[in-house]
Amino acid sequence: MEHIIIIGNGIAGVTAARHIRKHSDRRITIISAETDYFFSRTALMYVYMGHMKFEHIKPYEDHFWAKNHIELVRGYVTRVDPVKKTLTLGNSGDFIYDKLIIATGSKPNKFGWPGQDLGGVQGLYSKQDLDLLESNAPDNQVCKRAVIVGGGLIGIELAEMLSTRNIPVTFLVREKNFWDGVLPDGEAQMINEHIREHHIDLRLQTNLVEIIPDDNGRVKAVGTDKEDTIPCNLVGLTPGVTPNIGFLQDSGIETARGVLVNRYLETSQADIYAIGDCAEQREAIDRRRPIEAVWYTGRMMGETVAQTICGNRIPYNPGHWFNSAKFFDIEYQTYGWVFSNRNKSANELHFHWRHPEEKICVTLAYDKDSRKFLGINTFGIRMRHEVFNRWLNKERTIDHVMEYLVDANFDPEFYQTYERQILDLYNQQMGTQIKPAKKSLKRIFQLG
Amino acid sequence: MSSFDKSMALTGQPPKALSLTQRISTLVGFSGLAILLLAAFGVDFPNKGLWMSLSILMILGGVIWYTVLSYGQKTKGIKNDGVWFKSISSMGFWGWMAGIAITTFYIVLYFFPEFLGLVKGSKNTGVIALFDPLSRALSGNPASQWFVYGTLYTLAILAFGVKFIWKYRHNRYEIIRTISVMFFQTAFAFIIPEIMARLNGSIPYYDLKNIWPLNYYNFERYRINGFISSGDIGLALLIFGILSVFVISPILTYRYGKRWYCSWVCGCGGLAETAGDAFRQLSDKTIKAWKIERWVVHSIVVFVTLMTTAVIYSYLGNDTSKYWLTKSSFLIGVTLLLTLVFGWAMLFKRKQLQKDAQYGAIGYFIIIIALIGLHQFSGEGNIFLFKSETLRKSYGFLIGSIFSGVIGTGFYPIFGNRVWCRFGCPMAAILGFQQKLFSRFRITTNGGQCISCGNCSTYCEMGIDVRAYAQKGENIVRSSCVGCGICSAVCPRGVLKLENGPLEGRIEANQVLLGNDVDLMDLVNSK
Repeated sequence: MEHIIIIGNGIAGVTAARHIRKHSDRRITIISAETDYFFSRTALMYVYMGHMKFEHIKPYEDHFWAKNHIELVRGYVTRVDPVKKTLTLGNSGDFIYDKLIIATGSKPNKFGWPGQDLGGVQGLYSKQDLDLLESNAPDNQVCKRAVIVGGGLIGIELAEMLSTRNIPVTFLVREKNFWDGVLPDGEAQMINEHIREHHIDLRLQTNLVEIIPDDNGRVKAVGTDKEDTIPCNLVGLTPGVTPNIGFLQDSGIETARGVLVNRYLETSQADIYAIGDCAEQREAIDRRRPIEAVWYTGRMMGETVAQTICGNRIPYNPGHWFNSAKFFDIEYQTYGWVFSNRNKSANELHFHWRHPEEKICVTLAYDKDSRKFLGINTFGIRMRHEVFNRWLNKERTIDHVMEYLVDANFDPEFYQTYERQILDLYNQQMGTQIKPAKKSLKRIFQLG
Repeated sequence: MSSFDKSMALTGQPPKALSLTQRISTLVGFSGLAILLLAAFGVDFPNKGLWMSLSILMILGGVIWYTVLSYGQKTKGIKNDGVWFKSISSMGFWGWMAGIAITTFYIVLYFFPEFLGLVKGSKNTGVIALFDPLSRALSGNPASQWFVYGTLYTLAILAFGVKFIWKYRHNRYEIIRTISVMFFQTAFAFIIPEIMARLNGSIPYYDLKNIWPLNYYNFERYRINGFISSGDIGLALLIFGILSVFVISPILTYRYGKRWYCSWVCGCGGLAETAGDAFRQLSDKTIKAWKIERWVVHSIVVFVTLMTTAVIYSYLGNDTSKYWLTKSSFLIGVTLLLTLVFGWAMLFKRKQLQKDAQYGAIGYFIIIIALIGLHQFSGEGNIFLFKSETLRKSYGFLIGSIFSGVIGTGFYPIFGNRVWCRFGCPMAAILGFQQKLFSRFRITTNGGQCISCGNCSTYCEMGIDVRAYAQKGENIVRSSCVGCGICSAVCPRGVLKLENGPLEGRIEANQVLLGNDVDLMDLVNSK
């Protein structure tokens, strides 16, 4: 029987395993150095915050794997030999594979800062990082202040986590606003305000210069380029992640920042595939980045590679871009493309509405000439994935989206709705006289 | 795994530590309880009305003050910080203590009311006497242990209802729903029945929102006699009782799901959602628990059906000229109704029932029909092999007292706040049967947005593994879902929405989630 080995038990590897099992009875082994069982990486923060225990963030009960004949091996792969088709595990000898899927995810970036390897300096990616954080920052007696470096999703999550234990946080962000490379200015500024509302000491356009040790080799303070020295007991390094592929160095598998793959997720070596955070596309797909360290894309690559492995060779061809996050209390969803002021092209125009008091806003991107709707960022209003997907497929204009925006609303029942205010501002700015459509279940669910 | 240990102390580090003011507010609330406890242990308070009011105000005030201290300083949003670090909410020492205390209270209430001061045929003493003035003001009668219980029950729903509303103040669904349960408890369960008793002494105590089989005793002989002898009003109530089982609740459940009852109206649900909210995360989510749940709760439905049939049968006559409903026409009616429901589900809805559910349904159906058939061969008042009185008594003891009270509420801090609703309530099971097979209600999963974090499953009080559906892009259509809306509230990515929509496409399981290659999704999902 063909033996499929998957390195990494994150969302990409596990999705691949589940789908291979659905389509075939091939032997499947998942190897992980991190944990015995699959868990939701995006949920690690909730364990530290006390919302859940670690067992709650495991999406499948432990008996699931044996029941589905998916073998789990705990160990660290040190070597891959594509010629002999073998893997070497540090502890338990060699494995022979017929097909190999590399799904080893990422590791936190470190940019060579002085002191970046001191005690009390850490990233937040793995289960081990969570355990480390629990010992570095169990409470505000042991950790009197934390400094977070890097204004992205993990940084703000870490800030939220620490603030639940009343640990004072200083948040250093290189750009002029939080997550400024991704969010348009209006939104990024709203998040700045919200971060400060949570008593986080947010310092924009501030860079880390050095991490200063105490006598025991632990962090004592950090120095910034604003000539500040901030005493602290924890430094959270969260300036993004990079593919975790060090073990492939001499394997002969072609790599750049990540493992290079073609559209079929095949690497340079026969019968070896790479998916998820660690894969780097040789050719660009749509306007996506060559490395996408996102839960959803990991899952989609898993779904795709399972087809190929089971004999139906198909390219990785993701649909419209979507993503989501939560910034403290503000939920964020995006459908289609909305680029930041820094990154958007001349033809991409934005319409932005923000609630006068609440932390609620939307930004819709559209094409200057055709008025084609390109995408939406929504903060504090939940929107329907399916409806936006449909509009993007049908290449609707922004006027159409505005007219039917009510269909996309996904907030719980009885919530205040804002379609009217949004449309009023839109009509005013665009000089249009669009009337809002009435919500229709028939349209939403595409019936009749 | 966490370095936080569940110590007995209320002190410690945030987020589990209580501030000084929080501790004082807790003390105020417990002092209110202490007055009741002292009365129960025989302290004879001079001015009963005053001390009772003081006790109630202190409990109410303590809870509300604590609430303001806990949530007032924080921005609005989901605040489950430290839930699994706190001893009370994570089955630690204080959780067990609370469980033992509540359980003890229920045992005394149901089986030893004399300890509360109930004196048959004479003046009340103890804590019951403390409530005499209030009871007299409402109904004109002295208090009973049930009046004391009803008052405290309502107080708990009101005080913790305020806490719940404050906690979820960003969520209008939760606010409106909680105001609804607070209203129905205060008006329908507490005030109206007392006033009805004052206006017309022969009407049995009737909490209008209690529907058979939750009030399994509604059609017992003494109640039927009470209704009939109370003129038009009594008759109207009896007809309302029957309509609410067969007409009103099916229509509402079709339109809104069983949530219209379980988390908007019901008193058990009301207590679970308010006083029990701190324990919702303790419900067991394993597949094993789900299997046990389905067998236990449906067995109780069978039990209550048999019991009620036997009780009504026992007091009906045989002579059609005296009364149109006789023993045999009643039994034929019951048989017909059950056959219709069974046949409909098996013919039209079989695909939506699991294999073991089908076997269970067939088995139970055969048992019921066989027992009803047996009545021909057994003596008067002795159908189903047992005396109807024996059935009624054992149901009242096992289900009415032990399960719904002692275990159902006493075990909140151990098994979660919906133990009774999930494993025991026959009403919930019947509404759930309909919700699963014939209702517009569902929890919609938002395309491919799920990140499998597990907040929804963890905070589901009914022990539904919501995530298992959401991460497949499948809508959640489960008979046990009471529609509390918390899964949707705690979801960090806006994936879940409770809504009423067309039956078409209500349940669809996706192999591949929205977002991937359109052809691949079609290919795999079409299988």
